Amino acid sequence: MAKIKYIEHNGKEHIVEVQNGLTVMEGAVQNDISGIDADCGGSMSCATCHVYVKEDWYDKLPKKEMGEDDMLDQAYEPKSNSRLSCQIMVSDDLDGLSVYMPEKQV
Amino acid sequence: MIKTDVVIIGAGPTGLFCAHQLGIIGLKCEIVDNLDKIGGQCIELYPDKPIYDIPAVPECTGEELTNNLIKQIKPFNFNFHLNDRVQELRQENQIWIVKTTNGKEFNTPNVVIAGGVGSFEPRKFPTKSAEKFDGKTVLYSIKDKSIFKDKSVVIFGGGDSALDWAIELSSTSKVSLIHRRDEFRGAPASVQKIKELSEKNKINLFTKYSIKDVKGNGSLEEVEIKSEEGESKTLKADYVLGFFGLIMQLGPIAEWGLNLDKKTIPVNTENFETNKKGIFAIGDICNYPGKLKLILSGFHEGALAARGCFKYARPNEKYRFEFTTASNTIKDRLGVK
Repeated sequence: MAKIKYIEHNGKEHIVEVQNGLTVMEGAVQNDISGIDADCGGSMSCATCHVYVKEDWYDKLPKKEMGEDDMLDQAYEPKSNSRLSCQIMVSDDLDGLSVYMPEKQV
Repeated sequence: MIKTDVVIIGAGPTGLFCAHQLGIIGLKCEIVDNLDKIGGQCIELYPDKPIYDIPAVPECTGEELTNNLIKQIKPFNFNFHLNDRVQELRQENQIWIVKTTNGKEFNTPNVVIAGGVGSFEPRKFPTKSAEKFDGKTVLYSIKDKSIFKDKSVVIFGGGDSALDWAIELSSTSKVSLIHRRDEFRGAPASVQKIKELSEKNKINLFTKYSIKDVKGNGSLEEVEIKSEEGESKTLKADYVLGFFGLIMQLGPIAEWGLNLDKKTIPVNTENFETNKKGIFAIGDICNYPGKLKLILSGFHEGALAARGCFKYARPNEKYRFEFTTASNTIKDRLGVK
């Protein structure tokens, strides 16, 4: 279980507890947090669950797997701290993680 | 004006199997899809990725599934209208008039929306200033490459489309290629070629840069790019091309007066009809309690929606349930003995 802070582009914050084994994307979708679309349902086939990870957290997360950067090329305004939230698996280690939503997903 | 029993919007697996079911019960249909090929997400997003949950098919790729579905509906000779999109839907005396972007018009008692998460459209530049040049000098696809001859062309993207066009245009235009990171996702041979062209100064290559602004009084003059660190450069540009892949947009579907729940259409689970009589929604785009976004669910939904279409297409006939194993009528329709 990890407490994750989702920060919408307008600054609105949501802090929710997400179960281990779910993804950061699922944590948002299951809690009706807007700003993460996840059109493809988590199969790394779209780029609509794009988030920016707070700098101090970015390096602590498990590294991106092959293909994630390719999808991120197609995201809205990707930056060096961009991730697809469907590829970040929640564990106790992620307690306190903050992610920012981009202005939009598409 | 094309008169038919059903117009299916979307040629993904769900739309294709619904067409099969319509053929089996003796109805005609026309299938419209925005993409240039049949298969929907299966073909556009994951043609090579194996799928493991199609009943009785332990493993197949998106492409194999699509090819088998096409083969399965072949006996019915249904028409596909690819590269076209249903734009307008209006009702006249129980009949739906369906108009497409390319100006086709259908006259039908039934419309089945099997549109997935909407239609695929190119992802555009995030910069507002690019909008006023959209379709003229800021482009997301190329129809006529001769317009770029002897011009300055700034290309954004790191996939095959961006690389292929940068290579192709480099012989006749002054090409700059901009990508947000050092790695490219295009074919290795193309990446190699780009590096060679860059070394020979045939292409100006800027990696770790993205678009900041496009400028021009009336016509496009230059494009400003920025690095992650905030450093800017200005490049002369007659044309700016963006290749950032496709995104899915609900598009005109949102304007047809259907009930919507986020990006999905609520339906009943008896025949998957929407709040409008004769408009059905199946597959990923429909929503009901317990909905699973699986291809197999789309097949089931399509089979029931097809029966739902029957009562409007043949109001004076009674639908009779038959098995393909036993019915001679069905075997005739399939062209088998």
